[in-house]
Amino acid sequence: MRIFDPHIHMTSRTTDDYRAMYDAGVRALVEPSFWLGQPRTSPASFFDYFDGLLGWEPFRAAQYGIAHHCTLALNPKEANDPRCTPVLDALPRYLVKDSVVAVGEIGYDSMTPAEDHALAAQLQLAADHGLPALVHTPHRDKLTGLRRTIDVVRESHLDPEAVLLDHLNETTVKDALDSGCWAGFSIYPDTKMDEDRMIAILKSHGTGKVLVNSAADWGKSDPLKTRRVADAMLAAGFTDDDVDQVLWRNPVAFYGQSGRLHLDAPAPRPLHEGNSILRGGE
Amino acid sequence: MTHTPKTPLLTREELDTLLGGAARAWLDEALAEAAHAAAHKDTAPADGYAVPPWELRYAAAGRHCGLEHADSVRALLLVEARAGLPALTRLYEQGTAAERRAVLLALPALDPGPAALPLVEDALRTNDTTLVTAAVGPYAAAHLPPHGWRHAVLKCLFTGVPVEAVDDLARRSRGDAELARMLADFASERIAAGRPVPAGLHHVLALTAPGPTAPTAPTEET
Repeated sequence: MRIFDPHIHMTSRTTDDYRAMYDAGVRALVEPSFWLGQPRTSPASFFDYFDGLLGWEPFRAAQYGIAHHCTLALNPKEANDPRCTPVLDALPRYLVKDSVVAVGEIGYDSMTPAEDHALAAQLQLAADHGLPALVHTPHRDKLTGLRRTIDVVRESHLDPEAVLLDHLNETTVKDALDSGCWAGFSIYPDTKMDEDRMIAILKSHGTGKVLVNSAADWGKSDPLKTRRVADAMLAAGFTDDDVDQVLWRNPVAFYGQSGRLHLDAPAPRPLHEGNSILRGGE
Repeated sequence: MTHTPKTPLLTREELDTLLGGAARAWLDEALAEAAHAAAHKDTAPADGYAVPPWELRYAAAGRHCGLEHADSVRALLLVEARAGLPALTRLYEQGTAAERRAVLLALPALDPGPAALPLVEDALRTNDTTLVTAAVGPYAAAHLPPHGWRHAVLKCLFTGVPVEAVDDLARRSRGDAELARMLADFASERIAAGRPVPAGLHHVLALTAPGPTAPTAPTEET
C-alpha cells in the first residue's frame, strides 16, 4: 500500500514518526506552513521556518525514504498581526522554489478584514505562480467560514480545481464538493474527523475528489491516521483501487498541478548512513 | 554510500548537447538576464523583498533544464552574472538546500577570495550531507584555515561523507600533526564506546605522515 499524506507538520514530529510512517506505507507527504503554537513577532522568523521546510526537513524525510514537499503562506491566524503581514511581500521569492507545490495554509480563522485581505492576496499569488492553494477552513463557525471561503475563491483568478478545502466534516462536505474544489479531511484522535465518520462520508460522497490527511502537528494527533483510514476503508468493503485513489492518486493529482512533484524519494538508507540525524551530528 | 557523487559541472556547450529546444531557449534567456545584471551594480532591492529576474531563474533552473542539470545551470548563471559576495550570500541564505549547494559548487569558478568563507563555514555547521560534501571542494582546500579545515575532515567522518569528497586531501593532510591527533582521539573515543571507527579515518591518518612518504592519491578502503 502506498500512502501520500497531503497535510502533516513534520517539523513538530520525531524521527520515530518518520520510521513508523514509512513502515505504514507513507512514501510522500506535503508539509504546509502554519501557526507554530507560539506567535511569531517578525517576518524573519517566518523566513527561517520556510528555509527549514525547504532545506533540513526534506533532507530528514529522505533519510526515511519519504519524498517531502511543502506549501508556503502567511497563515490565517497570524495574518491578523501587523508585525507578520510583510511576509506577504516576501512570498514571491519563496513560491519559485522547487519543492513548493501550493500556497498554503491560507483561509479563515476568525473571518476578519485582515484575513479577507491575506486570503485574496494569496489566492492571487497562487494564480500568478501556477500553483494550487491549500485552504484551511475555520474551527469555529465552520459552515459560514466555508461559504465565505468559496465566495472568495470564485472571485479569484484561481480555478476551483486548483483549490483544496481542508478540515472538512459532515456539515461542510457537500458545499465544498459542489463548489468544484477538492475536499480534504483531517483525521484526529479526538477532534475534526475520525476513521468511522470518514468511511461514512466516503460512502455517501464517493472517492472522486476526496483527500485524507493526518494534519499531525505538535498537538494531540497521530501521523498514522492515513493508514488507519486505508485499513478502515478495506474493512468497510472499499477496494484496493479505492484506497489507492484516496490515499495516493488524488493527492498526486491535486499537488501535481504545480508541475513540481517528485515522488521518487531516495531509497531509505541503513541507519549508519542516516547518522547525521543523530544527536551531535554523529 | 548514496551521497551525491562528485560530478563535474557541465559547460554551456555540454549542456547544449543534452538539453531540448525549450530548455535551451530558457537557458539563453536566463543567461541574458544574468549578463544584464552583471552590467549593473548589485544593489539591494528597495523594499528588501523584490527579486532580480535572474535570481528567479536561479531558483527555477531544475524545473526547466532538469534536476540533474540544476547545479550546472545555476553555476553558469552565477558566473554569467559575475555574482559578487552580496549576491552569493543572498542566494545562499535565501536558497533551498539545492540552491545553497550550487553556490558552494560554483565558488572555485567565481574565485571571490576568502570573502565567501562564511558560506562554507555555514554549510559545515549543517548536518545535511549534501551541503557538507559540496563545502569541502577546491574552494575550501584553497581558503579554509587549518582549524576549520581539520574540523571539516572530522565532520565528514562523523556524518558519513566519504573523505574522498575532500578536495586536495593528501596535500593539506601531509605532516598535519594536529589533524593526526584529532583523528587518533576520535578513533579512541569510538573504540571506548564499542562503536566502529569510520572507514576513511585510517586513510586520512596515513596521509598525515610528514614528508614525501605520504601517499598522494586516495587508496582503496579496507
